[in-house]
Amino acid sequence: MSEADGIMRLRQPISVTYNWSAGPNATSHLNGLLDGTLVGKRCPGCSLVYFPPRNGVCPKCARILGDDVVVGPRGTITTFCVVNVPFLGQKIKLPYVAAQILLDGADISMQHLIQECEASDVRIGMRVEPVWKDRSEWGPSLENIAHFRPTGEPDRDMGVEAGAS
Amino acid sequence: MARRDVAIVATAQRPNEVGSTLTSVELILPVINDVIAKVGIERQKIGFWCHGSCDYMSGQPFSFVAAVDAIGAWPPIVESHVEGDGALALYEAWVKIQTGECDVALVFSNGKTTSGPIDRILNLQADPYMVTPLWPGFDSLAALQARACLDAGVLSEADMAEVAARSYRDALNNPIAYAKENVTAEQLLARPYTTAPLRAHDCGVPVDGANAIILAAGDAARSLAERPAWIRGIDHRIDTQRLGARSMTESSSAAIAAAKAGVGDDRIDIAELHAPYTHQEILLRRAMNLGEGTHVNPSGGALVSNPAMAAGLARFAEAAESVFSGSADRVLAHCTSGPMLQQNLVCVMEGE
Amino acid sequence: MFTAPLVVAYPYKRTVGTLLSRFFQSLQEGRLEGTKGSDGRVYFPPAEFDPVTGRQLDEWVTLAETGTVVTWAWQSAPQPDQPLERPFAWALITLDGADVPLLHAVDAGDIARIRTGSRVKVRWADERSGGIRDIACFDLLEGAS
Repeated sequence: MSEADGIMRLRQPISVTYNWSAGPNATSHLNGLLDGTLVGKRCPGCSLVYFPPRNGVCPKCARILGDDVVVGPRGTITTFCVVNVPFLGQKIKLPYVAAQILLDGADISMQHLIQECEASDVRIGMRVEPVWKDRSEWGPSLENIAHFRPTGEPDRDMGVEAGAS
Repeated sequence: MARRDVAIVATAQRPNEVGSTLTSVELILPVINDVIAKVGIERQKIGFWCHGSCDYMSGQPFSFVAAVDAIGAWPPIVESHVEGDGALALYEAWVKIQTGECDVALVFSNGKTTSGPIDRILNLQADPYMVTPLWPGFDSLAALQARACLDAGVLSEADMAEVAARSYRDALNNPIAYAKENVTAEQLLARPYTTAPLRAHDCGVPVDGANAIILAAGDAARSLAERPAWIRGIDHRIDTQRLGARSMTESSSAAIAAAKAGVGDDRIDIAELHAPYTHQEILLRRAMNLGEGTHVNPSGGALVSNPAMAAGLARFAEAAESVFSGSADRVLAHCTSGPMLQQNLVCVMEGE
Repeated sequence: MFTAPLVVAYPYKRTVGTLLSRFFQSLQEGRLEGTKGSDGRVYFPPAEFDPVTGRQLDEWVTLAETGTVVTWAWQSAPQPDQPLERPFAWALITLDGADVPLLHAVDAGDIARIRTGSRVKVRWADERSGGIRDIACFDLLEGAS
């Protein structure tokens, strides 16, 4: 309890421990990450390929996603932002770029970091590829990928596609 | 403005289970698709979607936003969420239909109750200054209420065991009930106390579950169901949050809600009471003046499967199904929330 | 299937308003103060607003460290963060001079030693920081029940 202006402040930490389950529909995706493979899922209704496969359902069709689809590893930046603001728990040197990346073969973009280039060089349409951490650090997580970096390929014209992703 | 006639026209529930490894979205999606399939309605005809759940249950802030994935929210829909039982979401949907903004609404709820320590989690609903810092848990708070009732001679431990025995036996006929047993009150009384004066059978079994209900107004209801369960009265009342300032031996909020909902206007064939503790069923029956002619909780009730935040809406589903089938004409559905029957929602439904 | 323990923790710090500020300050200083409601009933812990009329309450009453158990329940297996680590009783306790009971723990030691009507006395926490846990628990008054 601390006091300011006669008003007390009550410290009240709360914590709860859960047994978290990723659900059956995420299993192939997470197994893929353990293996260095990017596995998404295709909706049996609209045929869109989701990576990651969200909660295992297609939010447009309200259907459980179907077949596994290997996507990437290369992809295209659909939009991005340059982070200049320091915040609690930040691990990366400022400024850095967070981007939405549409992996080749996927229909929904995912967010990741862009490194190994100047923030000012990042642009929509830029081709990127994942840089994996050392295999000893891998778990069932997209954190296995340290970041994405430019491939040097010609940019892809995203057109309206960028906005749609 | 005249009140619109609104009815439950379809329900769907998934079998209650313990230790489900499904995500909340995977839990919800099948019941939503089931309930829509039952009435054969196009999704676009559903004018309002309302969800009841609690983020603390899943351990995921804004989990209700992720849950929209289960709806098929494309093109964009009108949607709302209640941080509470699905029965409270049903009340919101009923109000929405009353405003004339829509004719058909879909209400759903889910509770992944067994992936965390539910007794500790529910404590986060209590008074954050005076109660939560002590971490009493809901079982122990209910036990305080039960002791007060026992001391006052309102009920006996045998009465409580009788409620449990009837519920466990009735659950034998309910394929989605979790706990079921052909057992007598005498056998239950021989079992040990857990949180005295409560025994294990006095406390609802935490389970994972999900359910969905479709509400419709007037002619829309008649076109979607052969025998809709018409909502004749619905009311929600809350007692003070101060545990010590409430009567431990009666439920004034349940009594008022029941009177406002018109419970006493005619006989009630079936009452589905959301009583997570045996003594609370007795308190609720007394508060609502339910007599011998009313079959209480033929489903087994929340004692045999208590999916937190979905157990109240489950009562609506069970009560409405008994109207659909013709086994009852006038039914009551009830939902409670908070410790010691703090909140009570009462609804009376009738077949035509 | 992938499962893992997940810990969700929030380090909340709550501003408690003027009335509860005074209450928690008094607890920290080892005093028990309640408020009087519009019907004359004394609340401990204090009610900020009258539960019946909604009027803001500001009449303070100092209370004794002793009280009476109104109802109780037995926590046979204490859980994390609860007031006591050995089996204990939860109780609603009306302090002498108060009308509305508070929830707290009674260190009765054995279920056979406590009953409705038992007389109890505040056990203060060794270190007080301004909160309901400044009362560590209640002790049974020997021979007084």
